[in-house]
Amino acid sequence: MQKVYIYKQFERFWHWTQAILILFLAMTGFEVHDSIHLFGYENAVVYHRIAAWMLLGLIVFSVFWHITTGEWRQYIPSFSKLSAQIHYYTFGMFKGEPHPTHKTARNKLNPLQAVTYLGFKLVMAPLIVVTGMVYMFYRTIDANDMVVVSEIPLEWIAWLHTFGAYLLLMFVIIHVYMTTTGSTPLTNIKAMLTGYEELEDTEASHSVIKKEDPHEA
Amino acid sequence: MKKVILPVALMIVLLIMAVHLFHRPELPNLNHLQLQQQFSVKPVASVDHTQFEQLQKDFATPQDVTEACIDCHNERHKEVMASSHWNWERISYVEGRGIERMGKQNVINNFCIGTSSNQQSCSKCHIGFGMSNDLFDFNNARNVDCMVCHDHSEAYIKGTSAAGYPDRSVNLSQVAQSVGRPGNINCGACHFSGGGGNNVKHGDLEMALLEADRSVDVHMAANGINMTCVDCHEAENHKMKGTLYSVSSTHVSRLSCDDCHSSTPHNDRMLDVHTGKVACQTCHIPEYAKVNATKMAWRWSEAGHLKDGEPYAIMDSMGREVYLSIKGSFEWATNVEPEYVWFNGHATHYVLGDEVDTIPLQVNRLLGSATDRESKIYPVKVHRGDQIYDPNTKMLIQPKLWSDAKGDSAFWQDLDWHEAATAGMQEVGLPYSGEYAFIPTEMYWPVNHMVSTKDESLSCADCHTRDNGRLAGLNDFYLPGRDRHAGIDILGKLMIFGALLGVVIHAMARFIMAIRHKEIESQDINY
Repeated sequence: MQKVYIYKQFERFWHWTQAILILFLAMTGFEVHDSIHLFGYENAVVYHRIAAWMLLGLIVFSVFWHITTGEWRQYIPSFSKLSAQIHYYTFGMFKGEPHPTHKTARNKLNPLQAVTYLGFKLVMAPLIVVTGMVYMFYRTIDANDMVVVSEIPLEWIAWLHTFGAYLLLMFVIIHVYMTTTGSTPLTNIKAMLTGYEELEDTEASHSVIKKEDPHEA
Repeated sequence: MKKVILPVALMIVLLIMAVHLFHRPELPNLNHLQLQQQFSVKPVASVDHTQFEQLQKDFATPQDVTEACIDCHNERHKEVMASSHWNWERISYVEGRGIERMGKQNVINNFCIGTSSNQQSCSKCHIGFGMSNDLFDFNNARNVDCMVCHDHSEAYIKGTSAAGYPDRSVNLSQVAQSVGRPGNINCGACHFSGGGGNNVKHGDLEMALLEADRSVDVHMAANGINMTCVDCHEAENHKMKGTLYSVSSTHVSRLSCDDCHSSTPHNDRMLDVHTGKVACQTCHIPEYAKVNATKMAWRWSEAGHLKDGEPYAIMDSMGREVYLSIKGSFEWATNVEPEYVWFNGHATHYVLGDEVDTIPLQVNRLLGSATDRESKIYPVKVHRGDQIYDPNTKMLIQPKLWSDAKGDSAFWQDLDWHEAATAGMQEVGLPYSGEYAFIPTEMYWPVNHMVSTKDESLSCADCHTRDNGRLAGLNDFYLPGRDRHAGIDILGKLMIFGALLGVVIHAMARFIMAIRHKEIESQDINY
C-alpha cells in the first residue's frame, strides 16, 4: 500500500464547491417550489439565482480543466468490468470479496462510477442547467417590450427542472453513501479532502508516489 | 503550506467577485423622488373669480350662471358637451358588437339597474340641468352645469330628484365666485356615492379619501403627498383621463399607473419583470373598502315584502341597511380582498335588449386570458346579486323605479314588479311578455384606488404558495410555488425515499455480514 496523490487541487476545489452549491440550490429551489420554508420566498428566489450563476461559472472552469488536463478520459466508460462491479456491490462485498477493479491515479473511477458520472455530466447536469437557464430568462414581455422566451410553456420548463432536481438529489444520496464503500468507510472522503489515498501498489501509480503531480507545478 | 494558501486565495478571490457581482446597494428611486417633488408643489389659481363683475350679482337660475361662465370661457362648453360626463355615453368599437353607443342609457348595472325611466332621480349625477326624461336636449349649452365640478364653496349641492338642478338652498352667486380647479369633494359628490350611498358601488372610492392617511391611500393621504383626483385624472380640454369598465368598453383615454411610475418602477429587476403580466394594483391594493363598507351583494328578488302592510327597513349592528322593501336585501363588507382576473383593457356589457346567454349573467365582462399578450392580472370587486328578467324574451327588464307619487307604476312607490316592468320596458321600447322572474347577476369593478404603502403591499408568498394564495382561482397558467406536476412530485419523492431506503438496507446488510465474517474469522482462530 502506498500513499498516492490522486485528486488534484482544482479537482477538490471544484468537487466541494459544486457539492455546496448543489445542496444550496436544492434548499432554495425547493423553497421556490413551496416544498420547504427556510429563507422566505423572495430571498430563496434571489439566492437561487446567485448560486445558479456561481454554479454556471464553476461549470465553465471545470469543463476547461477537464479538457486541458485530459481528465475527461476518466469518464470514458468501460463495459468489460461493469457487470463485475455491479456484482461486487450487490453480492461480492457482503461476502468480503475484493474490489474487482483497482483504483489508480490514471484510472481513478471504477466502471460503474465512470458510467454514472458520465450520465451525470451528459444527462442530469445539462437537463437542470438548460431548463434552469430557460427558466431564468423566461419572459413573456419584459420591461423593455422584448420577448425573450415565450413560446415554450413555462410549465414544461418548470416540470423538467423539478424532475432534474429530484434526479440530482437521488444522485447525491447514493453518491454520498457509496463513498463509504472504500477500504474503510471514511477512506474516500478523506481522499477527496486531502487529495491522497492509500492505494495498492500497482505499476501505474509508481510515478506519483508521495510526490505532487509534476503537471501541477 | 502552498497547498492551503492557493485554494484559500482562490476562494477569497471568487467570494469577492461574487459579492461584487451580486451585491446591489439600495439605490435612490429617482423617478419616485421626482414625482414626489412634482406633486409637492400644489397648483395656485391664476385668477380670483370673486373680482369679476359678471359674477357679482344674484342669479335667478343656474342656467344664468352657465351663461356667465360661457361669456368669458366662450369655447369651453363645447369641450364639456363632447365629454361622456355630459353625454352619458361613448361611441366605441366593442368586441363582438361593432361600433356602438354605450352608456348609462342602455347599459345595465347591478345596483339601481338603469337610468331609463328614472332620469329625474338619476340625473342628480348628470353635469346638466333638466334631464327629467329621455327627451333631454344634449345640444343646449345653457344646461351645462359648470358649478358641480368647479365649485370651491362646498355650498353647491344638487337637489334630490330634481333632474340635475341644484338644491333650492344654494346661493348661486357665492358658488359662481368660488369656482376653480375641481377638488376631491367635487368628484366625490357623485363618484363616492353611486348606487345610493357612500362607497356602495366602487368599494375603493369613498368619503374617507377626503381625509385619508397613508394606510388608506398613499396618493391622497392628507399626511402624505395629498394628491387630488385631477392630479392623475387630468382633464386637458375637459377630456378626462381614465375609464372604468362598469360602463366603458375600450381602453381609449385609459389612465394607468405607468403614466407616472413607468413600467419599471421598482429598482428591482425581479419585481419589474412582473409588470408585463401583473397590474400594479394587484400587489399594491391588497384590500379595498378599508374604512367604510361597500355593498358586495344586492338581491332585488327579495324586494317588496311588507310588515303590517307597510314597507320597512332592517339595519345591521353597524347601522347599515341590510333590507329595504323598495330595494331588496344587501350584503356589506369592509377590508375586502379583491378577486383577480386577466384583463386586457376591453370589456363587453349587457345592453338593454340583449338575450341573456349565461346564468349567472355578467352585466359587464372583463376580457382577457393568460395567453393574451395584452392581458394582465387585475384586482376586481365582484358585485353579485339578482335582477328582474323576462323568462319568455330572455331579456333583463328595465323597471321603472322612481316617481314622485304613487300610482305612476314606479316600483319604489307601488312595490308592483309587473307594473314597473311594463312601464320601464315601454319607455325603452322593448317587449315585455307579462311574466317576470329573477336571475343571478354579477358585475366586475376593477379596483384602482386605495393604494397601500410599500410595506402593506402583497409579498411574493401571497401568490407563490401552494394553497390558498391570492391567485388560487386563476388557474390558466403556471405559477411557480403554487403549481407543480403531481406525477413528477410523486416520482421524485419515490426516487429520493427509494434511494434512502436502498442505502439503509445496503448499509445494514454490509454491517450484518461484516459481523458474521468477524465471527467466522474468530471461530477460525479458535480452532
